[in-house]
Amino acid sequence: MRSTRLVKVAGKSIIKNKMRTLLTMLGIIIGVGAVIVMVAVGEGAQSQIEEQIQNLGTNMLVITPGSSSAGGVSQGASSFNRLKAEDAEKIKNESAFVAGVSPVIFTRTQIVGGNGNWRSTIHGVSTDYPVIRDWDLTSGRFFDASEQRLGKKVMVLGATIAENLFPDEDPVGQRVLVRNVPVVIIGVLEKKGQTPDGNDQDDVALAPFLTVQRRLSNFTFVRQILANTYSPDDIDEAQVELRAIMREAHGLASWESDDFEVKNQDQLSEAAQGTTEVMTMLLAAIASISLLVGGIGIMNIMLVSVTERTREIGIRMAIGARGSDVLTQFLIESIVMSILGGAIGVAIGFGGARLLATFTGWNTVVSPDTIFVAIAFSAAVGIFFGFYPARKAAALNPIDALRFE
Amino acid sequence: MSDTTAVVDIRDVRKTYIMGKTKVHALQGIGVNVCAGEMVAIMGASGSGKSTLMNIIGGLDYPTSGSYFLDGIEANKLGKNELADIRNAKIGFVFQGFNLLARTSALENVELPLLYDRTGRIKNHKKAALESLNLVGLGDRVDHHPNELSGGQQQRVAIARALVTNPSLVLADEPTGNLDSRTTVEVMQLFQELNDRGITILLVTHEDDVARYAKRVIELRDGRVIKDVVQTPDSAAEDLKKLLASNADEDIENNASTAETA
Repeated sequence: MRSTRLVKVAGKSIIKNKMRTLLTMLGIIIGVGAVIVMVAVGEGAQSQIEEQIQNLGTNMLVITPGSSSAGGVSQGASSFNRLKAEDAEKIKNESAFVAGVSPVIFTRTQIVGGNGNWRSTIHGVSTDYPVIRDWDLTSGRFFDASEQRLGKKVMVLGATIAENLFPDEDPVGQRVLVRNVPVVIIGVLEKKGQTPDGNDQDDVALAPFLTVQRRLSNFTFVRQILANTYSPDDIDEAQVELRAIMREAHGLASWESDDFEVKNQDQLSEAAQGTTEVMTMLLAAIASISLLVGGIGIMNIMLVSVTERTREIGIRMAIGARGSDVLTQFLIESIVMSILGGAIGVAIGFGGARLLATFTGWNTVVSPDTIFVAIAFSAAVGIFFGFYPARKAAALNPIDALRFE
Repeated sequence: MSDTTAVVDIRDVRKTYIMGKTKVHALQGIGVNVCAGEMVAIMGASGSGKSTLMNIIGGLDYPTSGSYFLDGIEANKLGKNELADIRNAKIGFVFQGFNLLARTSALENVELPLLYDRTGRIKNHKKAALESLNLVGLGDRVDHHPNELSGGQQQRVAIARALVTNPSLVLADEPTGNLDSRTTVEVMQLFQELNDRGITILLVTHEDDVARYAKRVIELRDGRVIKDVVQTPDSAAEDLKKLLASNADEDIENNASTAETA
């Protein structure tokens, strides 16, 4: 009963000093708004990465070269590459779970043709590759088994290369030069967009593995082997099976550790999420600083307000307000202001995140958790930074306060 | 004058302020008794100790020594919170500068002391505040803010605020200090009316013009009581009538002169 009346008194005081209230809340509004927008950007990036990794195919496995160690000193990942095209063949022949397999090598070089030249990466892959990556063509066709076996000089272009070399015509049937080797373009891939870390997935050309290995470069070892299972449910069994096949292929004794790694998409996405989580935290931390500054702003105004209202405090005390009543009143005022500011900040942050999404095309996600934390945090700011001024008000001597001009 | 009916019972109260190395003896052994229904003026020049005495009687300050009974309760032995409650329940303050809350309606100003009432003896705050405002003749100014009221009206709101808790004692510190002579008489008339209804009033003033309306005058000098006399008060109502009559004469003269110039 009494406390509800004190809330009313605080509410009236807030309404009666609209300008002062607004200025006080501004810091909290901006702080909470910034936190919401920043976290929305971070979480948006995270969910986008998740989605894109799902897009890669949930039933995809990636084999990469393992780490080697010399005399106990680890050389880090991919330091010792023993992956070969034969490994992919062996998997294709022996695995019960794997539907398609493709060894992958890439070489970065200039592609000359059409209306100029373009530097890009040429991937040497197998005919299974478009199925594993779930990648369709917009025109032409993919190379077939015989072209692969014979190492024919044919190539499928990614959308970015096609647009740059052949902006006005269909590249299918055209000839380009790669390291002075003429190559016929037989197809164009559909657009895939960017990877979470900003790589253009369409800035790529695909050619038969043998063609790239023998005619366009001279790699012996394979950079990675992609495989897909028939069903996403088989992924765990397939992972175990692939490891066994690979160990056999590489003739590893039981005491020797793997010289390769088999990863599924969950493991890949975990790694990527780790990075974006750090980014989200960093953004939130930066934004929290503005919330802190907002809190100090509240304290500042409340201190001024206590001085300005010394006489009022004196009157209240003379007519029977206890110190605790005055303390409660000022504390409620600062809490109400910061919660109100927090609520407005949430609204502005929400709008800001939307606006950012429409203007930059970034994915932004405002989760209910963020809103709850932001409001709770601003209430805490109100209590923390409101307490000192409120206590100062409560400690005033009524005689001096009444005499204050 | 027995102790049981004494609203204010001050026994050998001393107050010493320490200012740096010098001691200032503001009150040097004061003994005063005010009974229910009295209207007392405490007089004295500045520095006589009357403000200090008022602060102690009002429960805003503690005496250095001696004891003070307010309505039978020994106030000098109470803690700060109990003293705040006593101020709320037993004393109605009226200040020289009115001390109303700005941007707050007359009604809300009058309701203010009830906010801090912990006894819950007054249930309907708004009704009590309205009655109090009616008592001071401002029933039609309920929603006005202080800046929309004249000085006399503001002081009436302050008096209504002092009365709303039904206090044992109304303590007025230079209540007419900021008012012109006619409004002074009006406010004093209000005090006399309230006193006629049995309300105990203690006025602190340095003006003889105010003191003459009190039933008893106590004069302080250098922290001691030098005079404590019961007197027959002038009637503020009578004075007001005379004042209005003379003003009316002036008005007629003024009208005549304006007529001539026209």
